Amino acid sequence: MDSKRILITGLSTYWGGRLAQALERFGEVEAVIGVAADEPQVELERTEYVKVGAQHALLRRVVEAAEIDTVVDSRLVVDSVTTTPAKAHENNVIGTMNILAACGGPDSPVRKVVFKSSTHYYGAQQDDPAFFDETMSRPHPPRTPVERDIVEAEASLAEFAQANPDVTVTVLRFANVLGSGVRTSHIELLSLPVVPTILGFDPRYQFVHEDDVVHALEHAVKHNLPGVYNVAADGVLALSEVAGLLGKPCVPLLPPWGTGLAAAALRPLGAPIPPEMLAQLRFGRGVDNRRYKQAGFRYQYTSRETVLKLAEHLRLDPVVRGAREPYRYEREVEEFLRWSPHVRRAGAPGGGLSRRQLAELQRLLAGYRETAGIEAESSDGAQLAEAEQRAREAEEHAREAEARAREAEASARDAAARAARAEQRAEQTAEALRATQADDRRE
Amino acid sequence: MISTREAEPAGQALVPGDDMRRHLPGVEPERRLTDWGRSERVEGFLDRTAGDFLYHYWFRTEVEGIENVPSTGGALLVSNHAGALPPDAPMIAKAIREEHPHPRPVNITVEHFFKGYPGFSMLIPRIGCVPAHPANVQRLLYDEEQLVLVFPEGRKGTEKLYKDRYRLRRFGRGGFVQAAMRARAPIVPVCVVGAEEAAPSFAQLRLMKRLTGLLYFPLTPTFPHFGLLGMLGFLPAKFKIRFLEPIPFDKEGLEHDKALVQTVANDVRARIQENLWDMLAKRKSIWFG
Repeated sequence: MDSKRILITGLSTYWGGRLAQALERFGEVEAVIGVAADEPQVELERTEYVKVGAQHALLRRVVEAAEIDTVVDSRLVVDSVTTTPAKAHENNVIGTMNILAACGGPDSPVRKVVFKSSTHYYGAQQDDPAFFDETMSRPHPPRTPVERDIVEAEASLAEFAQANPDVTVTVLRFANVLGSGVRTSHIELLSLPVVPTILGFDPRYQFVHEDDVVHALEHAVKHNLPGVYNVAADGVLALSEVAGLLGKPCVPLLPPWGTGLAAAALRPLGAPIPPEMLAQLRFGRGVDNRRYKQAGFRYQYTSRETVLKLAEHLRLDPVVRGAREPYRYEREVEEFLRWSPHVRRAGAPGGGLSRRQLAELQRLLAGYRETAGIEAESSDGAQLAEAEQRAREAEEHAREAEARAREAEASARDAAARAARAEQRAEQTAEALRATQADDRRE
Repeated sequence: MISTREAEPAGQALVPGDDMRRHLPGVEPERRLTDWGRSERVEGFLDRTAGDFLYHYWFRTEVEGIENVPSTGGALLVSNHAGALPPDAPMIAKAIREEHPHPRPVNITVEHFFKGYPGFSMLIPRIGCVPAHPANVQRLLYDEEQLVLVFPEGRKGTEKLYKDRYRLRRFGRGGFVQAAMRARAPIVPVCVVGAEEAAPSFAQLRLMKRLTGLLYFPLTPTFPHFGLLGMLGFLPAKFKIRFLEPIPFDKEGLEHDKALVQTVANDVRARIQENLWDMLAKRKSIWFG
């Protein structure tokens, strides 16, 4: 893994938090730094949080000071129900621009940029192919604000990749995400007692599980994968199939004509149907996920299994909701835990090494191995064998020495025993002498 | 009804050398639909009822040259096209299911229009119809190695009036030839006699087409005066289907040769036309063959 010092933007988002949790578990990763305008939502062990939005001057300083080699941008808003269109645009287009500005340039330490995008890039239209692959673009320009943002953000990524040919730029386009942790408008839609559909349409849907999303981002950090990749689980389901798996009826609540108006009327009643979802409810979308599989990624769930997982969550949710207290970020506590010398870090007290120390040790070892490897490479096979022989000899010597030490120890113990015995004897004689002397005096 | 739009190179292996076909999703036996939305249940039901009746008793279909349809690998079936609600496509699919030693499902390419029309958009994929996008054809032919049926005349074929029967329209821009070449799949030309008489259209009503938003609005013996079901009011013409010898494309990169594409497209069209004339010349009666 080349990525050792990683910057995650959007640490406060669900994906930023999950990815940080995953990456800090890797020993090879030296530093995980998360930036976001808001505080993190999940508990993190060694990820450092810096409260920075998308101001590129500040980000640039963070990147340079921490010698960041990999930037993962997880902050794209792909669901227009989560925020206002203006804020989403600010975040998606302007934010991406600023982050890329902070990563680019000849003197930047950044070698890799991983960007989380969405298959909304392709839109959903009547004349779409059944499976979009990464080389295809949408047949018509985007009409909804979120789709426009995504297309624009990806355009700036492409521009960045062109301007910085020595930086690996990975763009991952994720299909609709389902899972128990994340909130999306599609999960909300499928949580309703019935699944609303457009009369006369049964669109094709492809999903991806939230764990697969995190693993996919991780995979892009671990490997060198320039280019664009679709990330969507195997299997394209019809919406009626999805409803069947969830055990809910499909109800055509939306008319085929005037759908937008009807959706707007349903919105206050609790049916969260944003404009980019309407196109999907009508035409559906499938993507070709083979390229990322070819790059070595393996999915844990198929689309069907993802929906079944969601069904489990939806059944369990009313029971466990609110049972666990949500995590709250407290800066002082986090800083104490990270930096105080009094904190006993992971492992046994005393002899145990902290995670940080372990990482350092691993790094040193890797460095040592590397230098050793270079030596081995420069010498030929005979020398290598010789070195090995020498090592074996040294080992033998050590073993001999150990044995000798053991012998010496034993003899020392013997000597000590002998000395003790001599002393005892001397004492006895002395006593005997004293006794005879006393006898003599009495006589 | 293949779309004539020239599209971007679709579905090509992105890394040459590694076969992307290994990474196709596996089959989940619990599912009732394929990834294309095809349903064996719906298809089987229609096949056992309407399909059987029309094929055996109504059209009394006769098939020639079924051995020209390959038993394995992708192949592009190219046929003439006629009829307001064309009965030729389901009859070709049924012929392969009935007569072929290795019956295989046929994917029928249809206009994108159906995907956007309520009702059709649910039914059409269930019975094995696929929007005629070059990428779809490529995936079916090359990656999934299936049979694909295209009608290069497209809408021009189904719109034509009874007086123009069995006169082939323009074969698009040769998109179907490029699709076959790109997938290195053979083209099997197919000639169908009977569909023109089974569902003749005498006029096209432009105003009604505009009002209903349909692809076309024909005047047939039963439509529109018997309502939408009148579209299904086929006359009992005798059906004859002839599969011609396959045209193989084994070399890579042929699709970039525009001249060759046009030559092959014209050749396929000429072969179908000639065989149609031949079949018509031998036909003694429209209804009894």
